Amino acid sequence: MSVPAGHGASVRIETCGKTFADGTRALEPATLDIARGETLVLLGPSGCGKTTMLRIIAGLELPDAGGRVLFDDNDMTSVPIERRNVGMVFQSYALFPNMSVADNIGYGLKIRGMARQERAARVAELVALTNISGLENRRVDQLSGGQRQRVALARAVAIRPGILLLDEPLTALDAALRDRLRGELNRLLRSLGITTIYVTHDQSEAMELGDRIVVMQKGTIAQIGTPREIYFKPKNRFVAEFIGAANIIEAPVENGDLVLPGGRQPIGGEASQTTAVAMIRPETIRIVEEGAAPLSGTIDSVSFVGDRQRMLVSGASDKVLTVDAPNTVKAQAGERIGLLIAAEVVRLLPPENRG
Amino acid sequence: MPHRYFVWLCLLPLAVLTVAFFLLPMARLVVTGAEGPQGLAGYLAILVEPRYRATLINTVLLAAATTVVTLVVATVAGMFLQRHRFPGRAVLIAMLTFPLAFPGVVVGFLIILLAGRQGLIGDLSNRMFGEKLVFAYSIFGLFLGYLYFSIPRVILTIMAAVQKLDVGLEEAARSLGAGPWAVQRDVVLPALGPAFVASGAIAFATAMGAFGTAFTLATNIDVLPMLIYTEFTLAANFATSAALSVGLGIIAWAILALARSFSGSTVAAAG
Repeated sequence: MSVPAGHGASVRIETCGKTFADGTRALEPATLDIARGETLVLLGPSGCGKTTMLRIIAGLELPDAGGRVLFDDNDMTSVPIERRNVGMVFQSYALFPNMSVADNIGYGLKIRGMARQERAARVAELVALTNISGLENRRVDQLSGGQRQRVALARAVAIRPGILLLDEPLTALDAALRDRLRGELNRLLRSLGITTIYVTHDQSEAMELGDRIVVMQKGTIAQIGTPREIYFKPKNRFVAEFIGAANIIEAPVENGDLVLPGGRQPIGGEASQTTAVAMIRPETIRIVEEGAAPLSGTIDSVSFVGDRQRMLVSGASDKVLTVDAPNTVKAQAGERIGLLIAAEVVRLLPPENRG
Repeated sequence: MPHRYFVWLCLLPLAVLTVAFFLLPMARLVVTGAEGPQGLAGYLAILVEPRYRATLINTVLLAAATTVVTLVVATVAGMFLQRHRFPGRAVLIAMLTFPLAFPGVVVGFLIILLAGRQGLIGDLSNRMFGEKLVFAYSIFGLFLGYLYFSIPRVILTIMAAVQKLDVGLEEAARSLGAGPWAVQRDVVLPALGPAFVASGAIAFATAMGAFGTAFTLATNIDVLPMLIYTEFTLAANFATSAALSVGLGIIAWAILALARSFSGSTVAAAG
């Protein structure tokens, strides 16, 4: 690619909220900085406000009064999308059905008044980059889902946008294709080095693609952090449960130990606290012989899934614990076992706000 | 009784009706057209005889103009009505589609009330400029009448088509830098193409054959349905009126067939 790495604009959104005409609050006022060249993923369940935030950045929605959108410190709040120089990939791809693949990719360039020859060269460049050679003259309805996705991406990138916005670009594809394209997309985004904002509800997509992830919940930002931070140090129960599998245990604390039905589990918290909400990832629990660990329980079931085996263990905590054990561990349902959990992998969460 | 025979038996009433009330009269009409003093040349007369030819051209031009203007007005209005919510929208849509309930004679009457000798426009222009503006009985009055009953049909079709438009397409075009006009030109209008063809063909065929309005208004001008009527009832010129009828039918049918091959969807002929 002729595009230098790390180009694109930085983005800042300031106290951007969104209330729709019918009074629905889609987004609580939020502030967010996105560095030049960064890939930021907006992650959350449907209705969490992630798409609304993307559309505010794109210029397709106006934030509520008081909100501002800045690209490279220029206030873009009232600039319409057609003058923001953003490339956008829609979940439905929104390819123009009345144009060929090449005309779709070249549309933004044509609008910008680029000469025919120059345009053809740029289209050829993108066709090669997105691996769709040979499809240039096809009609859009003759393309498969994966090919459409590539054309949509090529079209968005063709205009050398300052910011690339992707709204669930892989959701419409089947699982196998999604995994393959995710890898491809990741390499492409890295090589382009363009500022990218990526909306998804799929946590593994977010983990693989994001430099940073913004986890959203009910119109608010629940946590911002790198994939590792989000995974290992979730700030609350919602984030812990949304990202990967998590055992959440609520139990009394004595002398820095969780007091559980199956024994005592040391935690790294302050000795003074009397109760705790703890999160333990299934793969951090080791299965050992009964008595070899302070905590013990009974295996309810073992599901072998190839690369690992997932066990459900009862008796150790109030709730059934999920354990991901290596596929070499030999254990059967009904067996009594010990659960070895290092104090460092127990993540304490703030107490739940019930009300 | 074997299943196959039963199906054929069920088709029998349709076959009888088609032959008796459609194919036979049509065949008779075609034959009649060639039974005049000139024989088959009677058909040629439609095109050669100055009066017939002028009427034919008049009618086609009038129908074409009606179609084009209807499409323009209905597209702008239909797009606005489908995309915007405002108080009174439902009432406005109901009012716009109201002319569907009127027969052509009533539409003609409305045009006379508006632009006839005692009409509203004449009254107004008389008071303002001292001159009575009367155009109800000219081709312009007819054109207005045709517009009046074409627009509602087309608006409804366009509104349905606009509703099905993918808003994402417009957003995508805008994200690529297209301004409002470019979005209309490159995305919206091409997407509405099939709806234009379908509703335009119906508007054209309807305007070609409209009789009630023409009968009320066309005192100074001739359109094809009027010509057929006068040839048939007043001049008792069966052969010519039959030939003209076949001609009218062929033109309207050809336009509908053309539209159908363009849009690929079903376009129903309208009365």
